[in-house]
Amino acid sequence: MEEATVERGIRCTALTKTFNKGATTAIEDISFTVEPGELFGLIGPDGAGKTTLIRVLTTLYVPDIGQAVVDGLDIATEVKALRNRVGYMPGKFSLYQDLTVAENLEFFATLFNTTVQANMDLIHDIYVQIAPFRDRRAGQLSGGMKQKLALCCALIHKPTVLFLDEPTTGVDVVSRKEFWQMLAKLKKQGITILVSTPYMDEATLCDRIALIQEGRIMKIDTPQGILDAFPIRLFALKAKATYSLLCDAQAFDGTQSCFAFGEYLHLTFLDQEESTIRRFKDYLKDKKHQEVVFMEVKPSIEDCFMYLMKSEKQLKTAS
Amino acid sequence: MNATIKILLVQMKAFITKEFYHVFRDRKSLLLLFGLPIAQILLFGFALTNEIKNTKIAVYDQAGDRASKRLIQRVEASKYFEVAAMLHNPAEIEGHFKSGQARLVLVIPAQFEADLARQQEPTLQIITDGSDPNTANTITNYLNNIIQDFQTDQKGNLQVRPEVRIVPVMRMLYNPQLKGAPNFVPGVMSLVLLLICVMMTSISIVREKELGTMEVLLVSPFEPILVILSKAIPYLVLSLVNLTLILVLSVVLLEMPINGSLLLLFGISTIYIITSLSLGLLISSVTDSQQAAMLLSLMGMMLPTMLFTGFMFPIENMPIPLQVISHVVPARYYYVIVKAIMIKGLGLSAIWKETAILVGMTIFLLVVSWRKFKIRLE
Amino acid sequence: MTNTISIRANGLTKKFGTFVATDHITFEVYAGEIFGFLGANGAGKTTAMRMLCGLLEPTSGEASVAGYDVYREAESIKKNIGYMSQKFSLYEDLTIQENIRFFGGIYGLSYEGIRQKGNQLLADLGLQSKAKALVGDLPLGWKQKLAFSVAVLHDPKIVFLDEPTGGVDPVTRRQFWDLIYQAAARGVTIFVTTHYMDEAEYCDRVSVMVDGRMDALDSPQNLKEQFGVNSIEEVFYRLARGAQRAD
Repeated sequence: MEEATVERGIRCTALTKTFNKGATTAIEDISFTVEPGELFGLIGPDGAGKTTLIRVLTTLYVPDIGQAVVDGLDIATEVKALRNRVGYMPGKFSLYQDLTVAENLEFFATLFNTTVQANMDLIHDIYVQIAPFRDRRAGQLSGGMKQKLALCCALIHKPTVLFLDEPTTGVDVVSRKEFWQMLAKLKKQGITILVSTPYMDEATLCDRIALIQEGRIMKIDTPQGILDAFPIRLFALKAKATYSLLCDAQAFDGTQSCFAFGEYLHLTFLDQEESTIRRFKDYLKDKKHQEVVFMEVKPSIEDCFMYLMKSEKQLKTAS
Repeated sequence: MNATIKILLVQMKAFITKEFYHVFRDRKSLLLLFGLPIAQILLFGFALTNEIKNTKIAVYDQAGDRASKRLIQRVEASKYFEVAAMLHNPAEIEGHFKSGQARLVLVIPAQFEADLARQQEPTLQIITDGSDPNTANTITNYLNNIIQDFQTDQKGNLQVRPEVRIVPVMRMLYNPQLKGAPNFVPGVMSLVLLLICVMMTSISIVREKELGTMEVLLVSPFEPILVILSKAIPYLVLSLVNLTLILVLSVVLLEMPINGSLLLLFGISTIYIITSLSLGLLISSVTDSQQAAMLLSLMGMMLPTMLFTGFMFPIENMPIPLQVISHVVPARYYYVIVKAIMIKGLGLSAIWKETAILVGMTIFLLVVSWRKFKIRLE
Repeated sequence: MTNTISIRANGLTKKFGTFVATDHITFEVYAGEIFGFLGANGAGKTTAMRMLCGLLEPTSGEASVAGYDVYREAESIKKNIGYMSQKFSLYEDLTIQENIRFFGGIYGLSYEGIRQKGNQLLADLGLQSKAKALVGDLPLGWKQKLAFSVAVLHDPKIVFLDEPTGGVDPVTRRQFWDLIYQAAARGVTIFVTTHYMDEAEYCDRVSVMVDGRMDALDSPQNLKEQFGVNSIEEVFYRLARGAQRAD
């Protein structure tokens, strides 16, 4: 039916979208490609432009500049065909709270001209988890269950591309883990998935990620690639009095950045010389910190994100 | 082609079913839907009829002859008046007003019967309490009607030439039983149908925007135009149920007649409901919160309808600019049509002008709201 | 951190009908401590927090906050605590200065006090030039930092923070914790809920609620040792995985 040459997945070129007649730029010059069957993550805080980008790709917004092709269909000209093909789960819980689980599922199935049964193979794993609550109103489900139901509804028409806007925000750790396990299973079925999240630790669960901040993509790579590209040495530091240690480390003249990071502080120096490191150790001794632990560590995605944020800022102030 | 239509019908059925679930699972919207018309009918109905029933009046009969007795009997026989006191000198009149024993005093001149027989024009004096001009006006009109009936009957009793009769101004030409209902039932109908349609449709669409479900609907292959239709149909059905309810209540409780064609009444009501639904759609496309939609529906629809329909305040007494504005209020035309069909029993030939204007407005509003409905989020 | 007790709960319970939202929780929080209050969705965190803030009357059990009893002295509690949540913190349609004046006013600060503390606050956050900007126009991270500073404007003894850093970028999130550390160093007790498990590590002690009960309470280090895992996230996962109920 379709030509073999048609490009699947997602490809967007120089997408820009502004609001308030150009006064607010939501996304700026966004270009990236998602391969068919890939699990691609948009990682960034609130206000970075994740939702706007997803809404542009799902034809809900028209971009000011730029093009995008989703599953071989142009977002500007082939809106109708595209809307048949994509699955979308918005950030807000977007099911009918006053309908039961079963009613919601049946409604969305009919809307997409299919039935729940016809797609059972795709949604089965998720469906069995929500099936015990099928006669409960969606509004009375827990956060995790709501997300599962919403995912089921977004999958009901066997979409080729799935857009998930912050599916794990406000959901506790247990439900978040389960949700990502479900995404991994869907990926195995060949569905292209674009998922956004503000949780940096979820980045490693994606095939590739885009780090997005203030409407711009700072970097696109595999999680490992991003970690490997961290250009400087990173140290972890811990002592009995965390806060005074943080203040002291930030005050050290060779410190580039020092942030709390779980039970440790993460520290980078302005230069990568051994002498600076020795000098810092002596400095800590002078400050009389007890139970000091100091070691070089591998960065996390969050370290990379913070490093890139800083570089972007420097670039901006320089220009 | 047939298969496509079949799919569309199945989809719409699912959508409409969902809408009904929303309505029937939300006590507040149910109350609004069915409580409002019932409350309106009962409130207006009994408030109006109570006021006019058994109004206490006093009579100062200077004649005391057979004709005056017959007139007094007649007044007393009507359920609107109760003769509370017979006065014997004019000084008593003011005292009865002050103590509230009478809201109206009828003064019958001496030689009443003789004057009637002599073909002279006897002057009846009606004194009312001007501090409550509305009631005063209404009861004066009612009394005038009774007097006129009395005069007509006198024709048979006394051989007199009709041309010398006083002809009181007959205001309620098509309302011989002197009931309030014929005026306000059409008014309540135009108000309630409009309010419910506008408010329910706009709120139900804006709620989907607020919940985020509108995004999912838009991204689905379901045609936006079908979203509109599927939103409109349940409220059209519910409004027709409502209309039936209002009519049954009016006929049973308020003894309101339906003299014209019921089919025509329902037909034109459907047009009016569609006008209101398109107004609701229009409101939903310019508002983003349920509160705003509610406020706009109430302020933007209820007030003009109450003001400019003519069932509460006569339009012809308004300043010219307001009279001009009243021409764009759909309820004004619907009100005239309903009165014509229900009370005067007229057919389409008599109301084609108003009907045409209403149809024109409906088409205009439908097109505008259709155009305004956003298939994207912006 | 001292040994003065700031919050004390003993068998604190709240029932809604037959549903036990908070089930006999017992704990103490010390003055100047950063106390992490974790739990899955629907574990009863919000209910417990509302009881401690004097907004909900407990069904049974005892609790005192800043030395005041939650049953009899709810109004005194409110005067001595600060509260900030992710959902509502400041009025977006008022300027920074107007928000400061408003919140200073409702906590009964003098006009002079509001002016002095307000200026200090703006200077600390580097927001002097933006005093007349609408709060709604600030980036989310700034809003949250400002909201926290406003919540401690009246020098409360205890601050309750309900997911204060949700969705905030990683750098701003840490700047926010700097503010928390500063306040704790001044002796303010911090009672905080969060979905970021790395933030749990910043707390002096962490509690984990499951199904209305408090199933764990200790320092992050001890909890990790007790469960034999490397992170608080893993501790949380092991505790909450068995949860029966959800909101």
